[in-house]
Amino acid sequence: MSEPPASAPPADGRRKPVVTLPMVVAGVCLAIPFGAMLWVDSYARLKPAFIGIPFFYWYQMLWVIISTALTTVAYVLVRRQERDRKRGGRP
Amino acid sequence: MKDGVNGVALTVFIIFFLAVTVMGFYAARWRRAENSDNLDEWGLGGRSFGTWVTWFLLGGDLYTAYTFVAVPAAVYAGGAAGFFAVPYTILCYPLVFTFLPRLWSVSHKHGYVTSSDFVRGRFGSRGLSLALALTGILATMPYIALQLVGIQAVLDVMGIGGGSNWFMKDLPLLIAFGVLAAYTYSSGLRAPALIAFVKDALIYIVIAVAIIYIPIKLGGFDDVFAKAGEAFSAKNPDTGKPRGALATGPDAQWAYATLALGSAMALFLYPHSVTAVLSSKSRNVIRRNTTILPLYSLMLGLLAMLGFMAVAAGIKVKNGQLAIPQLFEDMFPDWFTGVAFAAIGIGALVPAAIMSIAAANLFTRNIYKDFLRPDASPAHEAKVSKLASLLVKVGALVFVLTMDKTVAINFQLLGGIWILQTVPALVGGLFTRWFHRWALLAGWAAGMIYGTWRAYDTPSATQDHFGNTNLIPFIGEKGYIGLTAFAVNVLVAVVLTLVFRAAKVPDGVDATRPSDYTADAGDPGVRTELPPATAGAPGGH
Repeated sequence: MSEPPASAPPADGRRKPVVTLPMVVAGVCLAIPFGAMLWVDSYARLKPAFIGIPFFYWYQMLWVIISTALTTVAYVLVRRQERDRKRGGRP
Repeated sequence: MKDGVNGVALTVFIIFFLAVTVMGFYAARWRRAENSDNLDEWGLGGRSFGTWVTWFLLGGDLYTAYTFVAVPAAVYAGGAAGFFAVPYTILCYPLVFTFLPRLWSVSHKHGYVTSSDFVRGRFGSRGLSLALALTGILATMPYIALQLVGIQAVLDVMGIGGGSNWFMKDLPLLIAFGVLAAYTYSSGLRAPALIAFVKDALIYIVIAVAIIYIPIKLGGFDDVFAKAGEAFSAKNPDTGKPRGALATGPDAQWAYATLALGSAMALFLYPHSVTAVLSSKSRNVIRRNTTILPLYSLMLGLLAMLGFMAVAAGIKVKNGQLAIPQLFEDMFPDWFTGVAFAAIGIGALVPAAIMSIAAANLFTRNIYKDFLRPDASPAHEAKVSKLASLLVKVGALVFVLTMDKTVAINFQLLGGIWILQTVPALVGGLFTRWFHRWALLAGWAAGMIYGTWRAYDTPSATQDHFGNTNLIPFIGEKGYIGLTAFAVNVLVAVVLTLVFRAAKVPDGVDATRPSDYTADAGDPGVRTELPPATAGAPGGH
């Protein structure tokens, strides 16, 4: 890829915001936990229990792990995009 | 409840405390820079912390001794309602991922030390920046006081600090406090960063042991929850209401959700969170941390389980704060009780140090330098900040010793509501310059007044929760007051922005550029380590 002549120095403060598919996916990954956790009715019950712990508790703790996985996916996607843009932006 | 001093536990506790004290003073030499006489060094640890140090620092900062005592205490008191701390800490990380890297970038580019520095640069308004700085300081003070309450709880259960003579009674706390103040003064943010390693290691060990050992002793989780369920459904003879529930009832779900969301939005705007975030060395350190910090949330969830165990074990305490320390003392052998108490005690020192540094930075940068001594040199700034950190701690100590604990707790509840009112200016400012500075100020004032008034007006709900948690009194729809106040805040800000724009009221100068918000260490114009001269310069140009 050849270097774009005028837009290269980011010092002028005009990097275009890029909405790409990976960015949308990352956004969705970050939004999912909100839907899951704020919908309290979906988990406000006691059964099925897991090793004696009522559903209400183990389900929310399980979501700690799920949301971590989702954040990790978002991290990888954003990181990759940033690297690509840097490589494209300047040599 | 207590029968004399627990000698073994006390000895173990003192050994850990001494070790940590040595580390605190040694920290001044850790990763030391050539020129350490400025706020970037003392107040932000040289802005040099990598992923792991930041992880420990933030973990030590956000999951405080008070959290460890209060969350299980809330569960002990009312069951499911206290568990909102888990969704709360789940939701804060996607939020952090979205906006804090931007704050890091713009702060690094312009040498901002506090979030109010950023607001002043972005909106060209010292008034708005002052309002946010005062909010931060006000919200942090009672939080520091509560860390001391955490230490006090442990000392109480160990059987010291209970004497009739007021001086002997408070002496242990005074010693712990003097030591904390001394090493924070000499080592700055490096002290809590180093001590956080010990604190977290201890906490993880204690929780891992507690979550396995105690249920076995109590006959498994089945028995624990069966007993807890019985205890919670028993009706209070005075009110005729059950004590609590194992799952949130239909009428408590709004409260549960809004508390989780509102608290998540506020958590990372506390000055001590911002301080820890700005001390990291790159943008990605923050993002990477959002993928590893939830480990603490998992721990918090397990910790909350201890509340049920305390119920099942038949722990009876007048003050809910003592439930978990008492459970440890009843269940563990003495030496391990000492370890557990050391974990809580040190868990109080780390955040107390960071909070006092953060409040001191706010005072120095946004009150002292902006309004009293605009020509203060970086060295002078560091000196003022050190003194301010002492003052903040003494204030918190006086608070704890002279006033009832519930006062500190009530103020900390208010603090959460107040911090939430800084969201429109801070987070809004990170993404858009659309808001007018005076509209943001008016919105902030509206949110503060509304939130404080509503919270003051709803005392009974605090009583329901024994007033010992982060829980906020409920409003009509039973939602978190802070979030309602936030909605009021945004509404006022939007409407007034439109009005001011139409009336062509002069808007401040924006010292930042769009590219500043995505700049990373190594980019042109962003030095890995900022020279003190830049850091000391006023935010705007």
